[in-house]
Amino acid sequence: MKALIALEDGTVFEARSFTGDGETEGELVFNTSMTGYQEILTDPSYNGQIVTLTYPLIGNYGVNDEDVESWKPHARGLVIGECSRIASNHRAAASLPDYLRAAGILGVDRVDCRAITLHIRSRGAMRCIVSTRDLDPDRLVRRAQESPGLVGRDLASEVSAPSAYTFPGSENGKYVVAALDSGIKTNQLRLLSRRGCRVEVFPNRTRAEEILERKPDGFFLSNGPGDPEGVPHVVEQIRKIVRTGLPTFGICFGHQLLGLAFGGRTYKLKFGHRGANQPVIELATGRVAITSQNHGFAVDLDRLPAELETTHLNGNDRTSEGMRHRELPVFSVQYHPEAAPGPHDAESLFDRFIAMMAAR
Amino acid sequence: MPRRDDIRKVLIIGSGPIVIGQACEFDYSGTQACKALREMGYEIVLVNSNPATIMTDPVMADATYIEPLNLRALTAIIEKERPDALLPNLGGQTGLNLSSELAKSGVLRRFGVQVIGVNLDAIERGEDRIAFKDTMNRLGIPMPASAPATSVEEAERIADRLGYPVVIRPAYTLGGTGGGLVFNVEELRVVAARGIAASMIGQILVEESVLGWEELELEVVRDAKNRMITVCFIENVDAMGVHTGDSFCTAPMLTISAEIQERLQRYAYAIVENIGVIGGTNVQFAHDPKTGRIVVIEINPRTSRSSALASKATGFPIALVSAKLAAGMTLDEIPYWRDGTLDRYTPSGDYVVVKFARWAFEKFKDAQDRLGTQMRAVGEVMSIGRTYKEAFQKAIRSLENGRHGLGFAKNFHELPLEELLSRLNEATSERQFLLYEALRKGASIEDLARRTHIKPWFHQQMKELVELEERLRAFRGRVPPADLLGQAKKDGFADKYLSQLLGVPEERLRQERLDLGIAAGWSPIPVSGVERAAYYYSTYHDRAAPAPSRRRKIMILGGGPNRIGQGIEFDYCCVHASLALREAGFETLMVNCNPETVSTDYDTSDNLYFEPLTVEDALRIYRHERPEGVIVQFGGQTPLNIAGELAAQGVNVLGTTPDMIDLAEDRDRFRKMMERLGIPMPESDMASSEAEARAAAARIGYPVMLRPSFVLGGRGMRVAYDEEDLREYIAAARGVTPDRPILIDRFLEDALECEADALADGEEVFVPAIMEHIEQAGIHSGDSACVIPPVGISPEHQATIVDYTRRIAKALRVVGLMNMQYAICGGKVYCLEANPRASRTVPLVSKVCAIPMARLATRLMTGARLSELGLKERRLPHYGVKEAVLPFSMFPEVDPVLGPEMRSTGEVLGMADSFGLAYFKAEEAAPPALPLEGTVLITVAERDRAGLAPIARAFHELGFRIRATEGTRRYLVERGIPAEPIRKLQEGRPHLVDAIMNREIALIINTPIGKRGQQDDSYIRKSAIKYKVPYITTLAAANAAARGIAAVRKGRGGVKSLQEYHRALER
Repeated sequence: MKALIALEDGTVFEARSFTGDGETEGELVFNTSMTGYQEILTDPSYNGQIVTLTYPLIGNYGVNDEDVESWKPHARGLVIGECSRIASNHRAAASLPDYLRAAGILGVDRVDCRAITLHIRSRGAMRCIVSTRDLDPDRLVRRAQESPGLVGRDLASEVSAPSAYTFPGSENGKYVVAALDSGIKTNQLRLLSRRGCRVEVFPNRTRAEEILERKPDGFFLSNGPGDPEGVPHVVEQIRKIVRTGLPTFGICFGHQLLGLAFGGRTYKLKFGHRGANQPVIELATGRVAITSQNHGFAVDLDRLPAELETTHLNGNDRTSEGMRHRELPVFSVQYHPEAAPGPHDAESLFDRFIAMMAAR
Repeated sequence: MPRRDDIRKVLIIGSGPIVIGQACEFDYSGTQACKALREMGYEIVLVNSNPATIMTDPVMADATYIEPLNLRALTAIIEKERPDALLPNLGGQTGLNLSSELAKSGVLRRFGVQVIGVNLDAIERGEDRIAFKDTMNRLGIPMPASAPATSVEEAERIADRLGYPVVIRPAYTLGGTGGGLVFNVEELRVVAARGIAASMIGQILVEESVLGWEELELEVVRDAKNRMITVCFIENVDAMGVHTGDSFCTAPMLTISAEIQERLQRYAYAIVENIGVIGGTNVQFAHDPKTGRIVVIEINPRTSRSSALASKATGFPIALVSAKLAAGMTLDEIPYWRDGTLDRYTPSGDYVVVKFARWAFEKFKDAQDRLGTQMRAVGEVMSIGRTYKEAFQKAIRSLENGRHGLGFAKNFHELPLEELLSRLNEATSERQFLLYEALRKGASIEDLARRTHIKPWFHQQMKELVELEERLRAFRGRVPPADLLGQAKKDGFADKYLSQLLGVPEERLRQERLDLGIAAGWSPIPVSGVERAAYYYSTYHDRAAPAPSRRRKIMILGGGPNRIGQGIEFDYCCVHASLALREAGFETLMVNCNPETVSTDYDTSDNLYFEPLTVEDALRIYRHERPEGVIVQFGGQTPLNIAGELAAQGVNVLGTTPDMIDLAEDRDRFRKMMERLGIPMPESDMASSEAEARAAAARIGYPVMLRPSFVLGGRGMRVAYDEEDLREYIAAARGVTPDRPILIDRFLEDALECEADALADGEEVFVPAIMEHIEQAGIHSGDSACVIPPVGISPEHQATIVDYTRRIAKALRVVGLMNMQYAICGGKVYCLEANPRASRTVPLVSKVCAIPMARLATRLMTGARLSELGLKERRLPHYGVKEAVLPFSMFPEVDPVLGPEMRSTGEVLGMADSFGLAYFKAEEAAPPALPLEGTVLITVAERDRAGLAPIARAFHELGFRIRATEGTRRYLVERGIPAEPIRKLQEGRPHLVDAIMNREIALIINTPIGKRGQQDDSYIRKSAIKYKVPYITTLAAANAAARGIAAVRKGRGGVKSLQEYHRALER
């Protein structure tokens, strides 16, 4: 079925829907990983976004119930070169088209993803509508321009857990970690659990008092989608918790929320960081780690509060990748140390968080 | 960390001759390493016995030794050169094994040579199957269940415990030689015995079979700071059970989930860190898709066939980077186009790479076309496309087997589905072509996946190709509409194949396609590890293309996949053409699809197009780039086959014209020319039916040589001694028809064969060398040993040869290279054939005579006059002997006897100041080496006995004990040469095979009885191969062997570098 991809700058691509009839809007972003499409689709950080994958052949090994980062796919749409008609994998529970159809997500292929990627790489991520219903290019572009975009939007609350729960299997953990869910990836929970933590997951609207009541040994701030400045009520609660001196570790969106909680600011990057090979420099050692990242907003280094110290910078554009509090046991990174998909060299940060709780 | 200053001179060991399992990928990796290290300011000492390599060019290293790759030669070289360091992991298994030997024997310690790049204990841990297993156990990485055995009985006990089938893997062998999968105890006994005999240390591993599991490979690079990156993830489409060298592969992995790939990487990193390699390591895994179990199969802590493939597939030159890392640099100091430096490398790209093997079963009459754990492929092609379909179909038309698509191969489309399916139960070289027809006939994907263990996704892709093909066929007789044709091109269908499907001439189809606006672009593959470099592949998914420069430029067509008769020497010529042209200020464009080669290295040419060598692909590049001309005469038969069509399309072919090349290959035209020149040729005739052939043979007189026309490497050639032979040949030659006649030549019995090479500018001709064959006429020149300068050709005959060569080159208006073949018989020189193009002798002559033939020829082709080149006739003060290396150990069922059909895969060169010594060294370089003492077994056919006495006497005088079969023995004793009897197989025990097995025989001289005796005596030669006893099948070679042994007995003299030999010539 014919589909059109309309961008806010007036560019239109023609594609074919492989999930049937539908329409979706969101910010069009790209990911250059060669594998891991299911992990990408289920990453809550993609809430509100339509993802285009640069690798041309997608869906070959189908989808299964294990390689997921959360309970459902969050990306608003998928734009790829060629979708496999069958799933060639014993573990596969479904083919990619079936999986997307069941989740109500529009998937299109037979489009030059290299051209789309080059376009948004030079112009920046932009608002976009993909549709099989409205095939009038001019009208579609206009509608893309009128769509809300990401700035100022609270997308995290949409993907946050509906109610508090204990991560299954972590019940007997030694340290109680309160994890504030802005769209948490399962792998983060798994890594904490594997290190002996009882992980209590809280919806992002939970009040500070309610969290502190549970007497946690540590506070964990997850990744998540959208604009961190779109959730001032959440920032307010975080401020109260970190001021108690509780060991705190933030990842990605959590890193941005911490920046705001101490009085800093965030801004939208023209070119978000997405993919499995973002270089990050650890300032103390000069060492470069290759990290997996997925974010469109960043902590503003020019307006960083004095009590925070930058610990990591992006090797490409020198934006904030990590910081710590000068006195409090608080640290955070912009990249994904748990990294699925992608390389695994940054996992030791989880160990550091454990050590902080042990030292307390 | 910057480069190491504590070392100054580095020794690099090459991999020796091309054999199955170890081909020119090591020339590629070694050449890269030499370039990298010299650039860093190190002095290089290089050793390799293979003269056809780029790395052994005197300009690649400071001192180049063409010497046998053994402990003795290496010790002498180390003692003389005193290198500070040895880089062991670039010369394949041969280089690695030899480095280990040098360390174990204390040579490295004695001369203070450190090993860089890899710890030699680590090699042990990686290559010794038992040590490797212990390491994996310690790391907690699963392996297939297995146990070592040193006897057949032990192997049986282990197999009983594991349950059949089991895999037998000999320790320390190449390409899985001697190993195999066995399903029952009888097979086990055979293969285990073969494996124990093949292993350097008499050990095999009996292993749980993981038949049918996915076979997955990672190429990991590690630096001294323990930073590791995975250069490439390779998926073998053929499952476990087919050797990786024979497997059809893709990069990146296409059907393997991210989670599995991460697990593989985690395991690979743990292994590589533990082994401690600095540089590249290949790690192979098996994954059971049903249970998710992953086991590690093996690692190669060195550059390999897979690393060459990974390098070409990703644009990451692993050998170059490995060499830099070994010299002390770290990944964060080496540039990376994408993210600054290589420590940030991750595989990327939006294309698919397919590797497909090239086999040569047609060359080995009795060989079974069956793929297993022992590698059978002689070469490979790599193709790149935006999608799998595009890349796959490009790979098929790159194979140079006359097929341009997957359908209608042989008679497969006529076979019923049941037969197709039953033929798919076992892996063969035709598997993909059978699958295609099976899908056309409605086979289900599930059924095919079950039979082949190839994953459903690949069958689905093929099925979509079949479906598209059927839609296309509905348009037979006309050009399909634009959307359908456009889809066909995006899916990789070749113009030529479409033209066959549609019944529309290729040229018309192409023109109409272009008129419809369906055209390809070329996408770049950026090169990692260096600044700003890229190469290109064509795709119909993207019209973008590199902007052609306005410089003067020349296009070179490469040789395509290696196969028997077309090997590394043609790549050597292409590379030199490129280098010479660049020196002369031209921009060069290289077109080739062989990932093992130096010509497809990113910096050999200014622009590399990694493309099939077909008219369609070459023409497209030509029209885009607009070069001044195209060089077709260096890439062997592959580019020559399309030269005529290209010329007809207006392509400017440089050098000797396609018409003259055609004249030389067309027997009729050539014979007329020779008659005009008054140069004798053996009587000859052509026949297109049996009756004609019989009449012609009777007129010429038996024996006659039979062959089809237009072939390289003597395919389908045979000597017929009588009419029965002739009938048999015609019955077997299914392809012989009036359009494809056979040629019948008088066979010059007991003739001496020789070759001459020439350089010419169209008027003037220079003959740098005459090569005398050691085997007599009738043995293919590629398989015959030969010597420069000649030792048995009279000065008068030499003068005649030079004169004929000059006249022929002039008559053919040769511009560039020519190779001539002659036979001397009854005091008369006959011309056998003229090859006005590069031949396999070019690197040999270049190295022995210090004349860079390919470079000079390139200058001639771009307008230089011969007189400008400053060539002069020189007497050679040394000898070079080339010996062919034969792959018989890989084909145990084939009678290893030489004949008119070429079967060697590679060659070695022995250089010395006397013929005997040079011959001995050449034999030493192509093991097994000649013995210096012991027992020689002589059994020769009656017709060969006349020349035997002096040879046997020489062996006797050298102190050898002679044992001979009855007829031969009687003949010798009658002539006063002592010989003891030995029984033939059918004469009771103990017989000569017992003696061979008991290692009582040091050398076998056995001339085959011929066709009638074949069942009778091939076991002698087969046993010789199995038990690694040197054997000689011609008296000429036996005579040379006696001279060689005598020479060595008198003393070997020191080792001399190629540079020293060449300097002596200048004086």
